[in-house]
This record gives sequence, structure tokens and C-alpha cells, in this order.
Amino acid sequence: MKNSYTGIALEGLWHNNPGLVQLLGLCPLLAVSATVINGLGLGLATTLTLVVSNITVSLIRNWVRPEVRIPVFVLVIASIVTGIELAMNAYFHELYNILGIFIPLIVTNCAIIGRAEAFASKNTVDRAFIDGLAMGLGFTLVLVLLGATRELLGSGTLLSQAHLMFGEAARNMTLTVIDDYRGFLLAILPPGAFIGLGMLLAIKNIIDKQLTKRAATINIPTDTLPTSA
Amino acid sequence: MHFNTLTSPHLAPTSSVAGVMRQVIYALVPGTVAMIWYFGWGVLINLVIGVTVALVTEAIMLYLRKRPIALFLSDFSAVVTAWLLVLALPPLAPWWLITIGVAFSLVIAKHLYGGLGYNPFNPAMAGYVVLLISFPVEMTTWLAPRMLAETQLGFLETLTAVFTGQLPAGISWDAITAATPLDSMRTQLGLNQTIDEIRTSPLWGDFGGKGWEWIGNWFLLGGLWLLYKRVINWRIPVSMLTALFIIASVLYLSDPDTHPLPAFHIFSGGAILGAFFIATDPVSASTTPFGRIIYGASIGLLVFIIRTWGGYPDGVAFAVLLMNMAVPAIDHFTKPRSFGHKSYGD
Repeated sequence: MKNSYTGIALEGLWHNNPGLVQLLGLCPLLAVSATVINGLGLGLATTLTLVVSNITVSLIRNWVRPEVRIPVFVLVIASIVTGIELAMNAYFHELYNILGIFIPLIVTNCAIIGRAEAFASKNTVDRAFIDGLAMGLGFTLVLVLLGATRELLGSGTLLSQAHLMFGEAARNMTLTVIDDYRGFLLAILPPGAFIGLGMLLAIKNIIDKQLTKRAATINIPTDTLPTSA
Repeated sequence: MHFNTLTSPHLAPTSSVAGVMRQVIYALVPGTVAMIWYFGWGVLINLVIGVTVALVTEAIMLYLRKRPIALFLSDFSAVVTAWLLVLALPPLAPWWLITIGVAFSLVIAKHLYGGLGYNPFNPAMAGYVVLLISFPVEMTTWLAPRMLAETQLGFLETLTAVFTGQLPAGISWDAITAATPLDSMRTQLGLNQTIDEIRTSPLWGDFGGKGWEWIGNWFLLGGLWLLYKRVINWRIPVSMLTALFIIASVLYLSDPDTHPLPAFHIFSGGAILGAFFIATDPVSASTTPFGRIIYGASIGLLVFIIRTWGGYPDGVAFAVLLMNMAVPAIDHFTKPRSFGHKSYGD
């Protein structure tokens, strides 16, 4: 199960989520999750980096000597991030300005080197691709969820400045969820990121606990279930 | 003459959590009454809201954590937290402000860390700092003390203001609010006024702001009673106020034009309330004798630094929280030598 495509995808999205379980890449996760759009932008950039770096590392895995693998992986990741940084500067210039230092810092995101070392350097290209995609989307999911919570509590809106990501047509996508909201500034400030991430971790643990409990209660009477169903 | 002699062991009477908390509440009463006298019904209304929210929040958290509800509700610790927080809030603070502050104190700063006895930070001050950085406008709308106010709000008018934010017709916020002494001192010094010029304003009493200095005295009375009953140890309040007084005196003597009297620092803002009631929190403060002196003196020093060169007019809450962080280290390095053992570092 763990080695099937679905298994790999589930690992990245839920069971081994980089943001909620491995707790990797916390620096960008905490720093840029003040709004949904910032989180989405950085999440997608990280996902793209992960996919390309996983594929590349998997392709070269048989030619890289183990003694020098880490510097080689870092060089590969750095080249990819440089490419993505230049592309974002060209096509999403305003978003690029907001995310600032955190785009080049994707190089140092432990989740990326972690997947290169732990998965891509030991697996075939197709599985490395699925793993990179799932891990990246899992990271994006946490960024967007945290961004949505903080934006909602902090300024009462969702998807503000959507035009940075989706072009001028999306300027009206901003949802004002709570009218005439005073703004709970703490949610947007750094403490809000830490408290918010802690709450997300707690919620994930509650869900996992419920799932194990349900699985346990279902498994006991399996032999009594009607076979035709 | 007959003396009752008791056989050993001679044990001191056990002090329960509820007993200690009740004595803290008694000691807070004079200062609280003084605040109600100077700032009107708002203080009392806020107190009722704060205590109600505290009891409800505490009950919910205890239920969620599967702890005995009646036992922990009757130890009054949630009431003391809410009471201290409310005393630091402006008298016309809207009800939702109090609710958010008290709920944050109890849910995040207290119960998520493990409940009473496990919280590394003073819950009341954590809640206060959250409110101060999140809602700067509401948190700085202080009323003028009664001798300076043009009009005083009645009970019902205050109730309306707290719950709806509406003042009675004909009264504007400007007519009833005023800068706190620390705030006004800060602004005026920023405008390059000398202390003598600033003190010509009718806002000033003998050493602090009118009204404010007396509230400080009533809290001092309660604090001394706590010292007498040995609920708190003298080391933290004495070292905190001494440190504040010494550094304020040194700077005052070096340049009396730009530094207020040392007594002004002691009798303004939260210095006395902080020294006797907040810094002495038995859970989050240092517990070794010498550690308490370091802890208290550092708070006094930080209060002065934040007031004089920092971004906020008063710094008691920030100073207490910063030193709470240092408490594990302080306690570790000041562990008293037990008899027969070598002292630390030998």
C-alpha cells in the first residue's frame, strides 16, 4: 500500500505531511502565511521546485557517488530555484516583491533536500514525481489553510490581493467575510502564525485519533458482516 | 499561668490554593474600590464581565480536559487572573475586548500549557499583551480621573457604552477621555518640553498623575497586607521597586529636565500593582531566594527601559513576560546549597 501511487500521494498529503507531521520548512511556513494568496504563491513555487528536483535527483541517482550526494542535490535544487525565481520576477512581479527573500530561501527548505535524500535518490522517476507533487501539495495545503485562518481572523477577508496571482480579472475575488471588522492584529503578526500552526497540528491529531478509533471499531465485527454487501 | 504546649512535629498551617487566592482577592479590594471611585462604574462592570467570562471559560476548559470542574472552579485562580487583567484595561473597554482577553489568558496561556501550576507565563499579562498589540485604539482610550473629567457617566450610561460603544447624546469621547500620566509624560518629552513645563499642567498631582497616584497607594496597602500575611515574599516587590527607583534616581540626578522624579515612576502606571500582585505570581515567578531578587530587579530595570526608550508608555506586562522566560535559567543557577552539599559550580 505504501509503495503504490495512492500510498505515496497519501503519505505526502496527510500521513507524512511536511508542514504538519515532519514539521519541515517552518520558516517560510510561518513567515508568509499571513494571507491566502501569499501562502498559495509560495506553496506552488515550492511544489514546482519539489517536483523538478525530485525528478532530476531520481534521474541522476545512479551516477552520483554517495560521498558527494548532498552538495550535488543542493546544486540541483539551487539551480531550479534560481530558474523559478527569475520566472516569478518576470510573470508575477508584485507577488515576487511581497514574498521577497522567501523565494530564494526555498533552496534551504529542509522539506526539499529531505525528499531528495530520503525518497528521490532511492526510487524510480515516476514515483519520485508523485512523491514531489504530493509533498508539495501537502505543504501548499497547510500554507493555504494557515493563511486563510490568519487572514480571516486578522482582517476579516479571504483571497485579498488575488490579482497578484490570477491577473487583473481576479481583482474582485476578494471575499469580505465579516463586514466592518476591526481586525485581530495578533493573527497577522508572528505569534498568530505559531498559535495557528499549533492549532492545526492539534486538529490533525484529533482527526487521526478519530480515524484510528473508527478503524478499530469497524475491524472487530468484520467476520459478522454479510458477505453479499 | 498555663501555657498550652503541643508536641512536635510543629507544622505550619497548610495554605490551600483557594485560601491564597482568596487573600489575593481581599488585598485587591482597596485598590479596586479606589479605581471605581476615580474612574466610575466602568471598572465594576468590566470586573463583572471579566469574572463571568473567566468562570465560564475555565469550566469549559476543565470539561474538555476531563478535570473535576467544581474543585478547580472553587480555587478562585481564574477569578484572580480575570481580576488582574481587568484592572489593567481601560474603564470603558468594550465587552468583547474583555472577553477576548480573559479567554486568551485562560485557554492559551493557562490550560494549553497544562493548567494551574504549569503555565510558564503569567496568564493575565499574556492576555493583556495580546489585547495591547491587537487593539491599540481600544486599549489606549483611558478615562480621565473624576477630578479632571468634565462629565461623569452614570451607571446605565456606562453599561450602554460598554455593550454598544455608544455614548449618551451630547457627550463625545474627547470630553471624558484623557491621556494617562505616563502617556502624556512621554508625548510631552517627545515635544522637547522640560519636566517643569510638563508639570504645570493640571493633570499632575504630588508625584504622579492626579488620581493615579492614590490608586497606587491603595494597591500598596493591599500588597503590604499580603506581605504581612506571608502570602507573597518580600524579595520580588522590594527588589523590583528598588531597581526602578535607583535607575530613575540616577537618570533624574544626571538630568532633571528630561527625566521625571523617581517617585513618578513608582506611582504611575502598573508599577505597584505589578510589583505586589503580578510579578509575585507563585507559578510563573522565580522560586529561589536569590533568584527572586534577580527576577524582581530585572523587571524593575526592564520597566524603566521600556517606559523611557521603548515603544509603549508602560512596560510592566512586557517586563514580566520577558522575565518569565528567564525564570527556568535563573532558578537553575541560583539553586540554594543544601546542607552537606557543595554549592553550584564548585
